[in-house]
Amino acid sequence: MSGLAVELVGLTKTFGGAKGDEVNVAAVRGVDLGIQAGEFFTLLGPSGCGKTTTLRLIAGFETPTAGEVLIEGRPMSQVPAHRRPVNMVFQNYALFPHLTVAENVAFGPRVRGMARAERDRRVQEALELVRLPDVGRRKPAQLSGGQQQRVALARALINEPAVLLLDEPLGALDLKLRKRMQVELKHLQQEVGITFVYVTHDQEEALAMSDRIAVMNDGMVLQVGTPVEVYERPATRFVADFIGETNFLPAQVALREGDGLWLTLEGGRLLARQPAEALQQGQAVTLALRPEKIDLAPSNAGGLGGVVQEVVYIGTDTRFVVRLASGAQVVARLQNIGERGLGEFGVGDAVTLLCAPADVHVLNN
Amino acid sequence: MNTRGRLWVLIGPPAIVLLAFFVLPMINMGSFSLRQGSFGAARQLWTIEHYRAFAANEAFQRLLLRSTWLALATSLLTVILAYPVAYHLAFKAGGRRMTLMMLLLVPAWTSFLLRILAWKLILGSEGLFSVALQALGLMQEPRPILLYTPTAVVVALVYSWLPFVALPIFAALQRIDVRLLEAAADLGCPPWRAFVRVTLPLSVPGVAAGFFFVFIPTLGEWVTPALVGGADGVMYGNIIQDQFARALNWPMGSLMSLVMLAAMLGLLGLLVGLARLLRLDLEVV
Repeated sequence: MSGLAVELVGLTKTFGGAKGDEVNVAAVRGVDLGIQAGEFFTLLGPSGCGKTTTLRLIAGFETPTAGEVLIEGRPMSQVPAHRRPVNMVFQNYALFPHLTVAENVAFGPRVRGMARAERDRRVQEALELVRLPDVGRRKPAQLSGGQQQRVALARALINEPAVLLLDEPLGALDLKLRKRMQVELKHLQQEVGITFVYVTHDQEEALAMSDRIAVMNDGMVLQVGTPVEVYERPATRFVADFIGETNFLPAQVALREGDGLWLTLEGGRLLARQPAEALQQGQAVTLALRPEKIDLAPSNAGGLGGVVQEVVYIGTDTRFVVRLASGAQVVARLQNIGERGLGEFGVGDAVTLLCAPADVHVLNN
Repeated sequence: MNTRGRLWVLIGPPAIVLLAFFVLPMINMGSFSLRQGSFGAARQLWTIEHYRAFAANEAFQRLLLRSTWLALATSLLTVILAYPVAYHLAFKAGGRRMTLMMLLLVPAWTSFLLRILAWKLILGSEGLFSVALQALGLMQEPRPILLYTPTAVVVALVYSWLPFVALPIFAALQRIDVRLLEAAADLGCPPWRAFVRVTLPLSVPGVAAGFFFVFIPTLGEWVTPALVGGADGVMYGNIIQDQFARALNWPMGSLMSLVMLAAMLGLLGLLVGLARLLRLDLEVV
């Protein structure tokens, strides 16, 4: 069945506010989202942006102040958490410390009254799915963080939910393990075909795993799109800033040339691909430039000129900070390949910044 | 000072206290139970006649058995009554928690004797129950209600112990991560089932602490039965006291104390074994 697994309509959650409380925090403000069945969907944003609250509203742990959650087309306002066809992987796993791993995994089927033999078989299957077939008799406290994480996954997946909700499930793991689990989780999702709604503040994680990402800030969804869309064509300055590193430069629309647009800024000019929305000549805009998409050429040969102010070697790349005539600083990254990158330019060298028109992103102020 | 030296400084004082006030008195009691009499020459004579006398005395054994039942009933009742109080404090009280906690604890700051004596008045012929029953026309003349019965002993003891049992249960409940309850709901448990499968087992350490906290001193209790128990409410502790204070039979008193200690240890072992059998975690997770 294709169609929407989860639909959020004008979803709003305000905390506090009982009896004229002066603190009235809007955690989620009018969120509209449609999450496709079978999709790996990520809610991405800084802490306090409302992503976890949104997830808890879907799970039923919070009641919306306004708006509606629909799961597989069914409104959930009258459905308590324990009857929703969703399961959650909690941030710190929330494994039951008094039960063994197998009992933890069997918890859902047991509550639903599954027969013992069937249950035992499913538990073993679920543990094999997360590649932990031999730890069933242990207590959660005897497992490593990564193993506990897998048990939490198995405990949720065994119920074959319509939607699996994951609240920063890799947050407590170290970097190496996190990277490995990202790949595993993605494979697992493709294997079981369940809709994943994944909450994270880690933009790299979101880019690497998601089919689509909703970038959230201040309780609102700013942009929904594929990883390529949100990275390459950020809708707002916040999105551009939050996902990856971005240089923001004030500029003015100069003139149109074919499907390109010339922009002037102090210290030179740049050609951008014509953006979708119409821009007036002379209009003030902001340019968003990714450091890795900026190339440096020796001397000041037209374009945008500047002086190298800082050179930092960071292994795969070399990071240059270039000061423009306006005094603005631009970060450029060159990969260390052959003659490029390392040692190519030194502090004080005059350089020209080169950027392909498609990579010059124009944000309307 | 080296590590070993520091260790002795730390262990020394408590070790001396334990030796002086626990180990030596126990040895003394053990040896006293084997003497013929309390004073003079009889005190120097070794004998096992008191052991024989105890084994032959069915009244003593009945009393020990009844005291055990009373202590069990008191502990169980206190736990059952304290649990909802602790649950409310931990999960439902919100901003009123401190106030409610004070209301629970402040009465316990008055003297233990006063609280027991208060029950003597409440259950007495001019007390609350008697007056109320008369007013309702259910009773014709002033009479004490329950006073001087084993029930009065249980009532007074449950009342006195309640705050002290509510506290460890409260502490255990408060340690429970609310996300575990959310996880239970997430996995399909309605609230009551989440309580049975998650909250209750995780609060067992607090319940066990509260239970033993009541059971152990209640088994040896003698003040409360002396005040509100009457003739039927006499407990094992009272006859131990009688051996020392009235009969001046210190060897028998010592022996009876040792028997009680053994009975208590045996019961505790039994209860711990039962908990193991039910796979309940008595230790703090």
